[in-house]
Amino acid sequence: MDKFGYAQSQKFDTYASRLMPREEYFTSGHRSCQGCGEALAVRWVCKAIGKDAIIAHATGCMEIVSSGWPQTAWMHPWLHVAFENASAVASGIESALKVLQRKGKLKGPMPKVVAMGGDGGTTDIGLQSLSGALERGHNFTYFCWDNEAYMNTGIQRSSSTPYGAMTTTSPPGKMSIGQHTQKKNMTAIAVAHGIPYVATASPSYLFDLFFKVRKAIETPGPAYVHVLSVCPTGWRSATDLSVRLGRLAVETGVFPLFEVVNGKYRLTVEVPKLRPVNDYLKPQGRFRHLREKERDFIQKHTMAQYQLLLDKCGASYPEFPVITEPEEEKE
Amino acid sequence: MAHRVGMEVSIAISHAVQMCRAEAIAAYPITPQTHIVEHLSSMVANGELDAEFVNVESEHSAISTCIGMSATGARTYTATSSQGLALMNEILYIVSALRLPIVMTVANRALSGPLSIWNDHSDIMGARDIGWIQIFVENGQEAFDHSVMAFKIAENHQVLMPTIINLDGFILSHVVEAMEFPDQELVDKFLPSYHPRFQLDPDNPVTMGAFAMPEVYTEVKMGHQMALTGAYEHILKVWKEWGDLTGRRYQPVEKYRTEGAKILLLTMGCLSEVAEVAVDEMREAGLEVGLLKLRMWRPFPFADLRNAVGSAKLLIVCDRALSLGGAAPPVLAEVRSAFYAMRGRPQTASFVIGLGGRDVTPGDFKNIVAQAQEEAQHKPTQEYHIFGVRG
Ligand SMILES: Cc1ncc(C[n+]2csc(CCOP(=O)(O)OP(=O)(O)O)c2C)c(N)n1
Ligand code: SF4
Ligand SMILES: [Mg+2]
Repeated sequence: MDKFGYAQSQKFDTYASRLMPREEYFTSGHRSCQGCGEALAVRWVCKAIGKDAIIAHATGCMEIVSSGWPQTAWMHPWLHVAFENASAVASGIESALKVLQRKGKLKGPMPKVVAMGGDGGTTDIGLQSLSGALERGHNFTYFCWDNEAYMNTGIQRSSSTPYGAMTTTSPPGKMSIGQHTQKKNMTAIAVAHGIPYVATASPSYLFDLFFKVRKAIETPGPAYVHVLSVCPTGWRSATDLSVRLGRLAVETGVFPLFEVVNGKYRLTVEVPKLRPVNDYLKPQGRFRHLREKERDFIQKHTMAQYQLLLDKCGASYPEFPVITEPEEEKE
Repeated sequence: MAHRVGMEVSIAISHAVQMCRAEAIAAYPITPQTHIVEHLSSMVANGELDAEFVNVESEHSAISTCIGMSATGARTYTATSSQGLALMNEILYIVSALRLPIVMTVANRALSGPLSIWNDHSDIMGARDIGWIQIFVENGQEAFDHSVMAFKIAENHQVLMPTIINLDGFILSHVVEAMEFPDQELVDKFLPSYHPRFQLDPDNPVTMGAFAMPEVYTEVKMGHQMALTGAYEHILKVWKEWGDLTGRRYQPVEKYRTEGAKILLLTMGCLSEVAEVAVDEMREAGLEVGLLKLRMWRPFPFADLRNAVGSAKLLIVCDRALSLGGAAPPVLAEVRSAFYAMRGRPQTASFVIGLGGRDVTPGDFKNIVAQAQEEAQHKPTQEYHIFGVRG
């Protein structure tokens, strides 16, 4: 048996919005801000996951806006424990399902196991528990809602905040241009665990997102999906621009959409000609203070990163070869 | 038929967990808990226990994984010690608030710094207020029995409370003792397969871990407090049932030679056996000394303690942890408040003993009694003594 199996993708041949599920699993009435790209992402990811799933969610905006007792926006069985441990909680859910199924205690089909967290809960404080769960090979999918800062606590920087962005703990000033570090490459970290499926996604590209989610949750073994989630409150952008900004992130090469199946990179949304990065920076107040030279630097850095990604996509070999494990001996 | 075995106590605990048919275990190694989880993982590897054993990357993840396991409906077990328990701390409060019946063994060990792998109770005293049932055991047989009973208590639908069994690291966990093991059939009858009251199930979805606004937080905490104190009667029921089956009976506060005692020592954990030797010797020498052993730490057995003290004049509380800069070491603080409002309360004396693996002998207990008696004549000069400290 190969350790994780291959991603079994079912391609939708017809791209039509009326083919998308009508069922809502992340229901209206939650308290996210107007124009919240993260809530949009959650809603569509949950639709793509379908009914038979259990969700472990980290502390953060999406938890707080959705689960104030006695109300809930979640139609899935859903468990929030703390900020940094959604992957560990999901590991427990998956392990329990396995043993309960073995013992005949589980009625119905094996539910999919899903963990979700913000970029802080994923790339910073939750990185260890995520790494542990990916390494152990649990059959689950992790979704990172990347709005590029700790929004729930008031827009503090995370390791996923991009260079130059203003946050409340990376403010620009006489001695600072704002965030002076580069965004952590979380997908590369996930890929380095040798897991069978890693992808970036965006609710501004719904079909692309939908297929990736289906693929991720159908893949046996761990899968990781990194979802760019525009946050008008934290990005200081107009609330009616969230979907547009998500598209600009892709069109400028800032947030390319790709997937990595068994270590093999592939662009899923090709951009024939990248737009200038400034098209993406300009509508966002968090980059307002940047001067020409920082914008140039961001442009150069974006191009360099994009080229690296293209090289990976063009590579004839995967990051890690899949070698089939010997069959377990049965007595 | 029950049979007698000679075995390291850690291994006996892993057998108890096996006989309870634990279904899901997540653990991270730390001395002196290691032997328990090592044996459990070999039982799983050899097919002697049908469970999922998850080797997590930290104790924080161990207890978090256990939450996922238990919330999905599996009988869940873990074990830890010292730094491991401290690392779990954030999550421990959430386990009990979620009312998940996880059973955990804590092989009690000192907390760093300085690093010490040896025994005292500072780890569990740092987790005093986590809202779990907490029991202390004194020897191998108790460790076995209480591990089995813990599942039955925790999983009772009226209780649904995570439960910690404390046993002293090394000086109990690593010694070989004679014990009686019940038959599997007896355990199966005593502890039927686990069926949760609520679980994560797509056909019947629930939201667990919602947050609370100020309008309800206090009420939720009150509910937690009532559930924990209400667990008391169920604990006694389970202990009685086990006693009827095995002949081994347990009380929240155990009494040793307390008849007519003017002076009472109070201990927890396996140093109680050392104190018993001292009490025997002092009784022989004509001193009216007895011993109280506090078994149930949470919920705190106020009434049992008051009854057990009877007409004794001097109660000497032996703590195995400090509350640095505080008014009193943890056990004294609770015991003294249990008596404060009582007319004719006993005088209390306080000694902190056996920190970080420092040996405590019967002779030490005798010296403690002598010193306490002497000081009881005068006005006490110190809130408490760190016994045997040099320099
Ligand atoms: C151990 C711990 N540290 C800090 C916090 C405070 N905290 C709650 S949510 C949060 C930020 C969440 O940021 P992110 O994960 O990016 O999610 P977002 O709110 O941006 O969606 C922080 C710092 C916490 N709940 N727990
Ligand atoms: S702060 Fe941002 S991520 Fe959070 S709810 Fe508001 S818009 Fe959404
Ligand atoms: Mg965030």
